[in-house]
Amino acid sequence: MVGITAYGAYIPRYRLGRETAGWNMPIEKPVCNFDEDTITMAVAAAMDCIRGEDRDTVDSLIFATSTPPYIEKQNAAMVAAAVDLRRDIITNDITNSLRAGTLALKTALDSVSAGSARQVIVAASDARTAEPGGEIDQAIGDGAGALLIGSKDVIATMTGFHTISEETQDYWRAEGDNYVRSWEDRFVFDTGYLNIMPEAVAGLLKKMNLTAKNVTRAVFYGPNQRRHQEMARKLGFAPEQVQDPLFGKMNNTGAAYPIMLLIAALETAKAGDRILFASYGDGADAYMIEVTEDIKKVKPKHGIKINLETKRIAKRRGVRGPEMKAQEGAPPSVSARWRQREAIDRLYGAKCLNCGLVQYPAQRVCSRCHSKDRWETVRLSDKKGKIYTFSLDYLVPGLDRPLAICIVDWECGGRGLFTGTDRDVEPAPGDIHCEAPVEMTFRKLRSSGGVHNYYWKCMPRRYPF
Amino acid sequence: MQSIKDRVAIIGMGCCKFGERWDSDVEDLLVESCYEAFDDAGIESKDIQAAWFGTTQQATGQVLAHAIKTEYIPITRVENACATGTDAIINACNAVAAGIYDIVLVAGVEKLKDSGVGYLSGGGGAPTAQISPAVPPPAQFAMAANRYFYRYGLSFQEGKKILGMIDVKNHRNGALNPKAHFQREITLDQALNAPMQAFPLGLYDCCGVSDGSAAMVITRGDLAKNFRKDYILIKGYGLSVGGQQGMLRDYYDFTHFDETRHAGKMAYDMAGITNPRDEVDLAEVHDCFSITELIIYEDMGWSKEGHAKDDIESGFFELKPGETSGLPVNPDGGLKCFGHPIGASGIRMVYEVYKQLQGKAGPRQIKNPRIGATQNLGGRPGSFSGAVSLWGLPG
Repeated sequence: MVGITAYGAYIPRYRLGRETAGWNMPIEKPVCNFDEDTITMAVAAAMDCIRGEDRDTVDSLIFATSTPPYIEKQNAAMVAAAVDLRRDIITNDITNSLRAGTLALKTALDSVSAGSARQVIVAASDARTAEPGGEIDQAIGDGAGALLIGSKDVIATMTGFHTISEETQDYWRAEGDNYVRSWEDRFVFDTGYLNIMPEAVAGLLKKMNLTAKNVTRAVFYGPNQRRHQEMARKLGFAPEQVQDPLFGKMNNTGAAYPIMLLIAALETAKAGDRILFASYGDGADAYMIEVTEDIKKVKPKHGIKINLETKRIAKRRGVRGPEMKAQEGAPPSVSARWRQREAIDRLYGAKCLNCGLVQYPAQRVCSRCHSKDRWETVRLSDKKGKIYTFSLDYLVPGLDRPLAICIVDWECGGRGLFTGTDRDVEPAPGDIHCEAPVEMTFRKLRSSGGVHNYYWKCMPRRYPF
Repeated sequence: MQSIKDRVAIIGMGCCKFGERWDSDVEDLLVESCYEAFDDAGIESKDIQAAWFGTTQQATGQVLAHAIKTEYIPITRVENACATGTDAIINACNAVAAGIYDIVLVAGVEKLKDSGVGYLSGGGGAPTAQISPAVPPPAQFAMAANRYFYRYGLSFQEGKKILGMIDVKNHRNGALNPKAHFQREITLDQALNAPMQAFPLGLYDCCGVSDGSAAMVITRGDLAKNFRKDYILIKGYGLSVGGQQGMLRDYYDFTHFDETRHAGKMAYDMAGITNPRDEVDLAEVHDCFSITELIIYEDMGWSKEGHAKDDIESGFFELKPGETSGLPVNPDGGLKCFGHPIGASGIRMVYEVYKQLQGKAGPRQIKNPRIGATQNLGGRPGSFSGAVSLWGLPG
């Protein structure tokens, strides 16, 4: 049996909400912080997914998005490095469509079924932008969901699949566009969403000789609340069958959306549940999913529930899109960064095999006992820590002011110097103080000279585990 | 290892006015300080046999040679961050003590005000991956302040107050010094309410950015009497260079600086000093930030660890002209008010000690000082170059 064995998700901590200056609506919309993008969110979701699972047998990672940070340079390779997967694996970007997530899922399922991969991580992530305050803007949000596909301890398996590919121009962005474009509403919905997705669902149900009544839960994409409800009625689902599409809490997270809704459904699913799972974008995918007995043994993850709960309402809306174009300044030395890639991407430190001191970055000669070249690798990215000491720099130019500078001591030993992000420091020092509990998070430091410079930061402890 | 005690003497010193010297470039500043030193020593530039030249901006000894028109003598350019000046002195003293040269110049200079920004912007240097957070000096030392407050149970207000008292002291001293960059007193209220630079350090907790130069002429201890009667002698020195131990060892406490302790011990051992609090009569120390001066009190063995607050509040380190009590620290205004042209600072520190020991410190004169200390450090909590020098009267 092949299917989902684990899941993980990430929703940015900060939401636009009623108290947000310049938004003031009762719709909560998760937005990336200035240092987040689809790569950083995918890393967070994949780290949540792989926690407690076997990293060693992950043979592939697929990154799915419609807003890739790079268009020539593989984004999945960066995600795989930060998640600390093996290097001899297939990394792949599936982009451009809102269906990228479920298309990646199909590829993953097929790989494992064919025996060409033991486990595959699907990491779907999106951060689309639309005209601020407009209808699309109000319905979309930023987020990421990850699924681990394998054949051991499967919690949900695919029992049916039907797909339609449709050449259509309903929502799109071309190279250089910052905001989602769309054609006339009536055309978009009549010929697109309300036409194609039902065709895929009908095709699936016919193949399987089932009807809407045989479905325990219907989990499906919708561009906004109203159209989602319309679709539910059109497909013949009663309200109690329909998975909450989370508008006004998480919103439509683009290519990640169907997967994130599926994760929300799995968090409350019971063995034997039959889930109809459908996505839409340049066509539609429809899956039938059966939840197995192993759902009882699934390891707890942050998923959707904890990510939704651990939120803060932003004081004001930041800027993104055209305003966040590359900043001035020389790019980082690519060769220096490559040489330090294990310390930078994977946050590898080293534990001296002689005296046990953990040091970051790894040192040829131990700082305490001076043993040379006798150490073992320690992954520090998934370790909790606390701030030993800190400062808040009010002089530094740029968006991140005051800059929170933190000496982080990890629970496993070792110490590092990091910027603190996702922090409230008014009045100072706020979240950032001696002994404050923190965890690590993968972020984009800046873009300069066309190079996106990614690294780890610390953030005030968000998650319970 | 030998001691340098009494083997090298200062026979002349010079120091230009520190500040925003828009009208002067590096070489103008060097001419000012070096020629004052030559006049003070009663020599000419052609008498200099070798020179050590301290500056942190990119330069070779040719800059000094061009400024003061030496003719093809050996000149070594020294750089050790903010400890540059003292490091240059140490190297020059070693050469003189070894008998290689008899008359040597040590000159330090920094022209910081051509950068166009009012603070040390850092940057430059070899290309990097740019992943370390930009931590300018105020934030680096603020990390020591925050942990110091936490460790010793000081509330934000209590901690700010003792730091503020150091700021007030140095401003008061600087106001007595015509060569200082800043010659204006401030009140404790002003220090406490100043705009925050890097939490918890405010504007007056941070030294500014200055242009300046200082110079000294040295000779062997036994030759000094040929030049003047009131020469002063080196009693000891220390230099300690860290290698980021504080960052790699998660048991470093951020409330003391090992490099200062090692450099201090080395110097005290050379000088035969066993009770520094009593035996040192005045000191010029590296108050790049008020917290730095506070931690130096403890690291140099003048205050008990964790108890600098008691000595600050009792006025132990205040300048009391005409008196002998306490241990006046930074009687010339320190880095805070005299200024911090990096390569010159270590030498300027000795300038005040020299004048005090000779009885030429005017309104800042301490009564009968015999031993003066300078303490200089460059880097950041976790990794420093720390340097100390001790000077005294003959006999």
